[in-house]
Amino acid sequence: MRVFAVLALFAALALPAAAASLQETLARFAANDFSETAKAIDEIAESGAPQAASLIDALLNRRLAVTPDGGVFFTDAQGRAFDALTGSPVAAVPKGAQLVRTNNKLRGQIENSLGTLRLQAPDPAKRREAAEIVLRARDVSALPAVRTALSREQDPVIAKVLRETEAALVLSRPDATTEQKTLAISILRARSDQDAIAALRAATAGAPFAIAQEARRAIVAIEKRLEVQAAMQNVWYGLSLGSVLLLAAIGLAITFGVMGVINMAHGEMVMLGAYTTFVVQEVFRAYAPGAFDFSLLVALPLAFLVAGLVGIAIERGIIRFLYGRPLETLLATWGVSLILQQAVRTAFGPTNREVGNPSFMSGAFDLWGLQITYGRLWIVVFTLVVFAGLLLLLKATSFGLRMRAVTQNRRMAASMGIPTARVDALTFGLGSGIAGIAGVALSQIDNVSPNLGQSYIIDSFMVVVFGGVGSLWGTFVSAFALGIANKLMEPVAGAVLAKIVILVLLILFIQKRPRGLFALKGRAVES
Amino acid sequence: MITRMIVSALGDRGSLVFLGLLGVAALFVALSNLLLPPGSALHVPIHIVALLGKYVCYATLAVALDLVWGYCGILSLGHGAFFALGGYAMGMYLMRQVGTRGVYADPVLPDFMVFLNWKELPWFWHGFDSFPFSMLMVALVPGLLAFVFGWFAFRSRVTGVYLSIITQAMTYALMLAFFRNDMGFGGNNGLTDFKDIVGFNVQAQPTRIALFLISVAVLALTYAVARVLVTSTFGKVLVAIRDAESRARFLGYRVESYKLVVFVVSACMAGVAGALYVPQVGIINPGEFAPANSIEAVIWVAVGGRGTLTGAALGAVVVNAMKTTFTSGLLAPYWLFMLGGLFVLVTLALPKGIVGTLQGWFAKRGEAKRVETSEPSPPPEAPAAGKAESAS
Amino acid sequence: MSFTRRSMLGAVSLLASLSLGVGAARAEDTIKVGILHSLSGTMAISETTLKDVMLMLIEEQNKKGGLLGKKIEAVVVDPASNWPLFAEKARELIAQNKVAAVFGCWTSVSRKSVLPVFKELNSILFYPVQYEGEESERNVFYTGAAPNQQAIPAVDYLMSEEGGGVKRWVLAGTDYVYPRTTNKILEAYLLAKGVAKEDIMINYTPFGHSDWQTIVADIVKFGSAGKKTAVVSTINGDANVPFYKELANKGVKATDIPVVAFSVGEEELAGVDTKNLLGHLAAWNYFQSVDTPENKEFIAKWHEFTKNPKRVTNDPMEAHVIGFNMWVKAVEKAGTTDPDKVIDAIIGVEVPNLTGGTSKMLPNHHITKPVMIGEIREDGQFDVVWQTKDLVPGDAWSDFLDGSKDLEADWVEKKCGNFNTKTGKCGG
Repeated sequence: MRVFAVLALFAALALPAAAASLQETLARFAANDFSETAKAIDEIAESGAPQAASLIDALLNRRLAVTPDGGVFFTDAQGRAFDALTGSPVAAVPKGAQLVRTNNKLRGQIENSLGTLRLQAPDPAKRREAAEIVLRARDVSALPAVRTALSREQDPVIAKVLRETEAALVLSRPDATTEQKTLAISILRARSDQDAIAALRAATAGAPFAIAQEARRAIVAIEKRLEVQAAMQNVWYGLSLGSVLLLAAIGLAITFGVMGVINMAHGEMVMLGAYTTFVVQEVFRAYAPGAFDFSLLVALPLAFLVAGLVGIAIERGIIRFLYGRPLETLLATWGVSLILQQAVRTAFGPTNREVGNPSFMSGAFDLWGLQITYGRLWIVVFTLVVFAGLLLLLKATSFGLRMRAVTQNRRMAASMGIPTARVDALTFGLGSGIAGIAGVALSQIDNVSPNLGQSYIIDSFMVVVFGGVGSLWGTFVSAFALGIANKLMEPVAGAVLAKIVILVLLILFIQKRPRGLFALKGRAVES
Repeated sequence: MITRMIVSALGDRGSLVFLGLLGVAALFVALSNLLLPPGSALHVPIHIVALLGKYVCYATLAVALDLVWGYCGILSLGHGAFFALGGYAMGMYLMRQVGTRGVYADPVLPDFMVFLNWKELPWFWHGFDSFPFSMLMVALVPGLLAFVFGWFAFRSRVTGVYLSIITQAMTYALMLAFFRNDMGFGGNNGLTDFKDIVGFNVQAQPTRIALFLISVAVLALTYAVARVLVTSTFGKVLVAIRDAESRARFLGYRVESYKLVVFVVSACMAGVAGALYVPQVGIINPGEFAPANSIEAVIWVAVGGRGTLTGAALGAVVVNAMKTTFTSGLLAPYWLFMLGGLFVLVTLALPKGIVGTLQGWFAKRGEAKRVETSEPSPPPEAPAAGKAESAS
Repeated sequence: MSFTRRSMLGAVSLLASLSLGVGAARAEDTIKVGILHSLSGTMAISETTLKDVMLMLIEEQNKKGGLLGKKIEAVVVDPASNWPLFAEKARELIAQNKVAAVFGCWTSVSRKSVLPVFKELNSILFYPVQYEGEESERNVFYTGAAPNQQAIPAVDYLMSEEGGGVKRWVLAGTDYVYPRTTNKILEAYLLAKGVAKEDIMINYTPFGHSDWQTIVADIVKFGSAGKKTAVVSTINGDANVPFYKELANKGVKATDIPVVAFSVGEEELAGVDTKNLLGHLAAWNYFQSVDTPENKEFIAKWHEFTKNPKRVTNDPMEAHVIGFNMWVKAVEKAGTTDPDKVIDAIIGVEVPNLTGGTSKMLPNHHITKPVMIGEIREDGQFDVVWQTKDLVPGDAWSDFLDGSKDLEADWVEKKCGNFNTKTGKCGG
């Protein structure tokens, strides 16, 4: 469908007089030289040949190939092969044909020209994207096309973008009238973003004083608004960092906070979760590439199981002998963490493994001028769900009740008939399992390598201790507080200093409240 | 009186054996390297001397850590920071000694400052051209940090796992700070390519042997100081604090002052160990501040036996010797399995560490024989730090 | 009480066995080569591959009959990404295992750490990674790129018409010496080329930085000032994956703001989904996608050796290939593995590289290399979009830094690595 629309425009724009013969044009591809290819693109666009649009599209997507004897072939998105000269289908692209290379500049050129052409694409998303591209490129020659598109546009949202695009182009035109320019400035001022500033800035150069002044005022106004937005944006970044911290720390809040095991292997549970995701995705890639988006859904329970079972094994094999000796758990779990790291390194190799993002976690959207990436948004949501689920489990199920009973008073719980050993194992398994599903989420934004766990372990301990050991809500508040504080500080102090300042503040805070934010009240003198 | 105290503190057989063996081993290593021909079966090559020197520095750090952890219940996960600060003080002295022999031949600025366009020496580098001043800083800087840190932390009654985690935060923050090139400590590359120390070539064989012997002497001294401290009345109070802090406080002891003193002393010891470590390994870099290093130091103490001092030293040497052996040859790909496995095994099978277990064993045998023993009994199961299990 | 005595005896005997085990250097008929790459810890991610490639090269040389009629034996140690351990292991390799040469190190700090050891014990180190320059030592041969073989050509390309005519620059790096120095050099170079100071933004992040939201947003903002903007990234290995993931999510396309990286190669990209990174750039002296018969043969052998047809190759691997072949040639030329003779013999040695040229060891212990700019493709490989016509000789001392512009390294005539052309003397 889109191709037809583009074709129509090609035909309308074609300048037959200047067009070289298509054969000569295609011969340029054989050189596989960027400047030749650039010329060829222009000539194809001008040729008005029916296959022109598909040809350019193929070039953009690395589907255009030349054979050593000068034949040019391309395939379409469905993999069907065509002869570029005649535009007629062929059985296959001949063997030995070489793909025509492009570089950023060429792709920019193609996208800009396609941008103009796609202004009337049937797909609204495409139209909008095209309008934005033209707005950014500010190629004055696109003005007639923008106006044509504007006159036909039905969708009010896209029409608005087109008007802004028109305004940006008008500002770049030396021959536009003062009224036109003033109107354009006010339109861009209403748009109020970085692209508007860029367009306005271009207008200040060489414009009459009044216009330049007006544009400058608009820029100042926009910048002020952007500053407010930036602050809000930083809060969002903080929330998103906080949710990552919370996700990494929440399992530790159970194994360390509730059970009192200084679990240095916690990071490795996160790592196991991430590797589980990798394995699941490999299976999906091999057997069901179409259902790739569901890979994370499958990975979640599996990661919980894998990490949980490893956790239970560690508890049964090692930690149960060490209850009441928390510092020794540090030593043993540190050993376990070394073993797990090396085991993963041996099994999967030392290099990063590729974990893909499903489509619903790619890209970004605008919310009141804030740019929010889907990946981060889902992680925030996911963290909250996990946290709520955990609270529910602890407060509203019989397992939660038993777990709390055992950790509060083991002997009393035992005499009430609670199988403490089993509850211990399951609790440790739960903490580890949650670390595992944290790994699934973290695999979306970080390296999946044997070192993954190490990079989160210190932060996780800080979060739990800052919040108050044993308090889930403390962990919750502390993770978001640390995340937001860090992100608010970062633009001022830089990433490294911000982190140092946070650590120093944390040390000072502990002086003020030696048992963390949400200290548990107890009557024991020693604790 | 003081002499009597020292004699009585070091008069126990454990100390005598430890110090005696240390002296004999050191002399054997030094003499065999100097006197025996390289072909001889008993010849200790110079690179092994350097390696042993490194172990001895680690052992000193471990003794310092055992003093605060084993006897006062302060589990510091940041002792690596004191070690590294001492090392940096020494490194700065060594850098200033390079003089015009740096690659840019700048008489004042170290090489890394020249190529990052520093125009003049930062203020905190002044004075480090003097050996006595640098040596003072080696102990003073870690001591001061420990004092400030301990002053706040102990007065606020930060204990147990909270204290451990903020000491970890401290060393982590220092690591990040020292990684910054703007700090003027050479960033990630740290300080390296030293030429000489008080006029002697760092790499020359006699210097290496001298450094090794000094390190051994420092270890012996550290041990002696720690021993005297823990056998004195002061030490009894420390143990009381470790085992029941509130009770000690109710009895009228100023718990925070005791803790502060022992923490600062330990930090100074760690600083001196770090200072001797640097010329022997030839580099100091922010990696020494890494929290993992401090945790490893805790593990040496645990492996050797917490609260035994000799065990701490032994643990440091044993773990590092294993690391050296395992990281070469056929075992190289599996060394982490072995090291990790060792830690797990030690905790499960030898909860009191090597020396602690032996002590217990001999004490039992001695008791069976003579019913009473003159040895101070091994410290009881100490729940000092990490009371987390009581929380919920 | 004899318990402490026993434990002490145990300790001493352990030490003794350690030191004695050492003396038993066997006089076998092999030439030993040390491989000093981290197989565990944070750097294992990059360095393990280099160990594998060295094992392959040695196996191959042995199939060809070895060297000087002897077999070559690889001695592998694991310095575990721990810098003091690097020095210790280097000493062990040279003093205890008596290796003829060592191939190893990745980070600058590991090289700095082993440097005094190589000088003291007079051995040879081949260092295969691109680095900040500002060094030329008698005992080290630098087979990776110096800044003039990577950073400056990359910037030249981006400034050119073909590269998009970039006018505004973000220099983003991890805070350590390589990015600091490279950015210092680039800043001086850009200012000399007439770029205004406010058109350069410099940003440093800690090692392993994983939250890039703020910085990527800053870059986007900086890039929307109406001038063509590019990012020059000296971000270190581990931090790259989250950086690229954030870029992709924010929709920063190479046609808007291209990112040219100096530490991202095929191996690093193996951990990223590249479909959103098309067109971002990297500058290296070798790409796996280079279409030459030598390279094809090398890749085939690599796949056969690792029994994994998916294993990628990268630039530091090629550096080891060149370095090893140069060393073999030099040993054959000198007729001995004696370090002094080899150090003299290797200058001027030429071996074919994998990209169709012939690299040569220069008197400053750096080599000649082609410089290539590649754009990321969908399959995680690079399309070479530009390359220098001739090989570029490595320059140890940058001409764009105040401290080093008068320095020159020449181990043949001047016999020193830091000859000052102004004072006519050697430093240090």
